[in-house]
Amino acid sequence: MIWLRNISIGILAAIFLASLFAGTLAPAPYAKQFRDEPDAAPSRQHWLGTDDLGRDRFSRVLYGTRISLLLAPAAAFLAAVLAGLIGGVAGYRGGWTERGLMAAADLVLSLPWLFLLLAVRALMPLNVAPIHSVMITFFILGCLGWAAGARVVCAGARSLRNSDFALQAQALGCSETRLLLRHVAPNLRPILLAQFWISVPVFILAEANLGILGLGVSEPVPSWGSLLRELEGLTAISGKPWVFVPLLLLIVSVTSFQVLLMDQEMPV
Amino acid sequence: MTYRSRAVSFFAVLLLQVCAVAQGGGQLRFCLHSDPKTFDPVLVEDDASERVRYMTGGFLMRVNRLTQELEPELATSWKLSKDGRTISFQLREGLHFSDGTPFSAEDVAFTMQRLMDPSLHSPTGDAFRSGEGKLQTQVTAPNKIAVTFPAPVASLDRKFDQVAILSAKSPKKEMAVLGPFYVADYKAGAYLLLNRNPNYWKRDEQGRTLPYLDSIRLDIQQNRDTEMLRFLRGEIDLIDTVDAEYFNRAQTEEAGSAHDAGVSLDPEQLWFNQTAKSPIPAYKRAWFRSTNFRVAVWEAVNRDDMARLVYRGRAQAAVGMLSPADKFWFNSALRARPYDPQAALKLLAQDGFHLQNGQLLDRDGHTVEFSVVTGAGNKTRERMATMMQEDLSKIGIKLSVVTLDFPSLIERITRTFDYEACLLGLTNMSLGPDAQMNVWLSSAENHQWNPSQKQPETAWEAEIDRLMRLQASSLDPKKRKDAFDRVQQIAWEQAPFIYLVNRHALSAVSPKLHNVQPAVLQPYVYWNIDRITMNAEAASK
Repeated sequence: MIWLRNISIGILAAIFLASLFAGTLAPAPYAKQFRDEPDAAPSRQHWLGTDDLGRDRFSRVLYGTRISLLLAPAAAFLAAVLAGLIGGVAGYRGGWTERGLMAAADLVLSLPWLFLLLAVRALMPLNVAPIHSVMITFFILGCLGWAAGARVVCAGARSLRNSDFALQAQALGCSETRLLLRHVAPNLRPILLAQFWISVPVFILAEANLGILGLGVSEPVPSWGSLLRELEGLTAISGKPWVFVPLLLLIVSVTSFQVLLMDQEMPV
Repeated sequence: MTYRSRAVSFFAVLLLQVCAVAQGGGQLRFCLHSDPKTFDPVLVEDDASERVRYMTGGFLMRVNRLTQELEPELATSWKLSKDGRTISFQLREGLHFSDGTPFSAEDVAFTMQRLMDPSLHSPTGDAFRSGEGKLQTQVTAPNKIAVTFPAPVASLDRKFDQVAILSAKSPKKEMAVLGPFYVADYKAGAYLLLNRNPNYWKRDEQGRTLPYLDSIRLDIQQNRDTEMLRFLRGEIDLIDTVDAEYFNRAQTEEAGSAHDAGVSLDPEQLWFNQTAKSPIPAYKRAWFRSTNFRVAVWEAVNRDDMARLVYRGRAQAAVGMLSPADKFWFNSALRARPYDPQAALKLLAQDGFHLQNGQLLDRDGHTVEFSVVTGAGNKTRERMATMMQEDLSKIGIKLSVVTLDFPSLIERITRTFDYEACLLGLTNMSLGPDAQMNVWLSSAENHQWNPSQKQPETAWEAEIDRLMRLQASSLDPKKRKDAFDRVQQIAWEQAPFIYLVNRHALSAVSPKLHNVQPAVLQPYVYWNIDRITMNAEAASK
């Protein structure tokens, strides 16, 4: 399945590059309202037409992709780091530490995260620049997304704790911190990598869901979530296939991530 | 077939069709967006219960939604006393409730006593509470009653538009009604069935019993998308209020089904937080308290574009606190403020604001930026706020749009006052100033920009207080109108609310329905529910 993997990498690379060079590729600023051309069909000037406020949809897709595809991996990285730290310590130390930390993970998993996000958004200061609100949204997603990964990492760390090399190192007088950082952590890396790849599409979809609820990235900054809101109304779905482009990008990207994930060696 | 026989056949078919239309019958179907909280007309406060009350209740008099005139119903005539405290009714005779219980003046007395019972906290009764003391009712004959209030009540007669008469004697209590339909079946979360009231008193011009319809099935349906799909599939017959997007779809997919009755009473408005106890910086509060600043923002927002893009042309730039749809009370001397960013900049310059590198600064060098909060998930308001963002950027103002879930939004604008500006819409159910008292009095909790003031903090608010009280206590319609015209003028000049657009009254009605005359007062479509008919084919189904 190397060819499939290569295609996925190619697709993701193309999407990443297009979004990275959005400033050069976009025919218009993403917030610019061409008010005389609302809901325009694709044309030479507007390749994907315009939205209901006359904003160039192609430009918004490029910038929206940049936000969703750059910040989702960042949030996934944060979640993986937290999962590695908490799960690693819990699994390695065992006993009450493990029980306590895993109880905390269960608590986080059982939280209705949507309401939590609503509450956090409500508590945030209002005068936040749109780009900061984007970063905060993904930061919160990252902070809330560690628990499931931590459980997997904990299981992995627990098996490493009782492995022969760990026992040998302990017998040779290796300190606990050194054992954890130099011997256990490197062996947890494949698990963390897998957790990272799992989290990326999850966070992209989470932001899209928040966007559909009107709670994601604030206007006028585009994201896949806010672009998908165009599909809310019945009228949008009929006769305007170009409005499906963000959805198509989301599906293609998430599928590509999944293909890469399947290709990872799953050690546990 | 000869021409003669063809002509005879044509007229025969025509006659049959006319008869079919006129014969009435059939079940009308449409949706309520939530379960009604009560069937007791005295306790109604939610939209679904109000709609049920409208179709089942019998009223002494009623505002004709088309002409906006008060018309007699159960009362054939009425007379107001000079002191504005007493209203005397002459009632129709020989009427019965839906369960057969006879109707008399005792029922009106019972209804009024119940309505004004302080322990019931009736929202409908609140409109009549103008002073301390007890209500008195005097039944002088089975068809005559005088109702005396402890203090004068302005527009007393029009307030009876909301008072559905209850039976004092019926064992069915509030389920016995005098309106065209009665509640026959109700399954919470699913549907409500209203059947024709066999004892309904009204007749049409040909002397036939009304209502024409046999029954009404109201499906409980929250989702507006589903409601529109069901309408387009012919599963429901009308949608009383549709937004512009769905309106256009209904217009495209089912010719003749979309109705635009014109500009409605409902405004969309923006206001700045001027509350002294709010945690916003003092320099921002100073901007928001500046009339020039508020008027400049008003003039810098292109509201015609908003009406055109966000409402697809199904709205118009608002003039002021009242919509022109309120034919009597609207101050016709007022004009909608034109979109004029240059004039806005001149006004701002008067207060020391100046542009620097395209960014507006105040006289102390603070960058002019503020946030506007609105409800999450309301696409229309988010679009409006986004358009304001672009318009205000042209005069150097940075605007952040913040969408909050509704409880958080209400918490901020009513309790913590931790917000800078707010964009919301209002639904006006009644005409004139009566329903505006709780907004415009400076002591009112709903005086949103600076609520619950102990003393009016500005001279113009003190003047509005005086004028609102004057019109509320005056029984002279001209005096009331003059006072309220002045209130509208002050509100236009001082701009505590920046009125953006007035939405149109949009509805969707199946072409199989007849006698539908959409109006700009709610309910838009079925205000004459007793006269609505459906064609024979639909009725036979």
